Amino acid sequence: MGEVIVVTSGKGGVGKTTTAANIGTALALMERRVVLLDADIGLRNLDVVMGLENRIVYDLVDVVTGVCRVKQAMIKDKRFNESLFLLPAAQTKDKTAVTPEQMKKLTTELKEEYDYVIVDCPAGIEQGFKNAIAGADRAVVVTTPEVSAVRDADRIIGLLEASEMPEVQLMINRIRPKMVKRGDMMDIDDIIDILAVDLIGVVPEDDKIVVSTNRGEPTVLDANSKAGQAYRNIARRITGEQVPLMPLEEEVGFMGRVKQLFGFGR
Amino acid sequence: MLDILGRVFGRDDAPSKEIAKERLRLVLVHDRATVSPQFLELIKEEVIGVITGYMDIDEDGVEVSIHSMDKSVALVANIPIRRMKRAVKAV
Ligand SMILES: Nc1ncnc2c1ncn2[C@@H]1O[C@H](COP(=O)(O)OP(=O)(O)O)[C@@H](O)[C@H]1O
Ligand SMILES: [Mg+2]
Repeated sequence: MGEVIVVTSGKGGVGKTTTAANIGTALALMERRVVLLDADIGLRNLDVVMGLENRIVYDLVDVVTGVCRVKQAMIKDKRFNESLFLLPAAQTKDKTAVTPEQMKKLTTELKEEYDYVIVDCPAGIEQGFKNAIAGADRAVVVTTPEVSAVRDADRIIGLLEASEMPEVQLMINRIRPKMVKRGDMMDIDDIIDILAVDLIGVVPEDDKIVVSTNRGEPTVLDANSKAGQAYRNIARRITGEQVPLMPLEEEVGFMGRVKQLFGFGR
Repeated sequence: MLDILGRVFGRDDAPSKEIAKERLRLVLVHDRATVSPQFLELIKEEVIGVITGYMDIDEDGVEVSIHSMDKSVALVANIPIRRMKRAVKAV
């Protein structure tokens, strides 16, 4: 029996889709069988981030309304040997085309056969959110180190607790170590302290995310990307491994050391 | 002039993350309290329970609410007194 994990946030643009794509791909790299389920009906994105947009025939709404079978709508990612699949969102319908009961039935069916079902949640706290969390065993709440994103994460965590989500964990995205160091960005402890929630991982700001999204190749496939490394660690933690947080500080170059020596340029 | 610029960009102030934390703390006190009106109702019931032991109050007139001021958030209770009980004097 697999696990259904919803990636959610409240605020838009904090990195839910990027996170769903990378965690799913990292789990597939670890030879788990994974379904990526795009629940952002009307604003389909996961297909593009995964580079699978040209292969869509059927979508989530077709599946729940019985237009096609689940297997017909699932797109196999050929980079992985029968281990990574995408179930795309509908683009022309809206969020009310699916009900929480239908979602729960679908994810329950999927986790019979797959190890992980990763659900990409839309922004907001309305029907789309309720659909996305309906069948989930665990929620990963994504935030960035900003007042508005943390505030929305707090609201979402409250709603998840009220709906009795078995496990809720926080992922902090787009941390910039230099800004944290000079006191211009909240750090991990500040945010955990405020939200009082377990941490699943921290992903640094990384230009390679943009490059890999341009190409339609998740960043975890890039061995040299810090964000990719962070996502691979998160995937390992999801499978139950104990993995320490990686150091985010960049190496201070020679000039940096000189400046530090003279006490300026922090 | 330079001084004003310095202040506008927060150079003389606390690091901006401290400002962010303080703003978050305040906004969350308010958010978390307003998320559940039941929470205020619960407090109100308990406050009435405690006070009635000492004085005769107008229970229907009791108001409990959260007020946010400039730099703080307060729980404000307005409890109309009908009559003081004699025992209070002895305390
Ligand atoms: N760690 C990161 N570093 C740099 N850019 C990022 C990072 N995470 C997300 N982004 C960028 O932020 C934007 C929003 O991300 P997305 O995953 O679409 O958010 P959401 O699904 O929450 O709306 C995208 O352009 C994405 O490439
Ligand atoms: Mg998205």
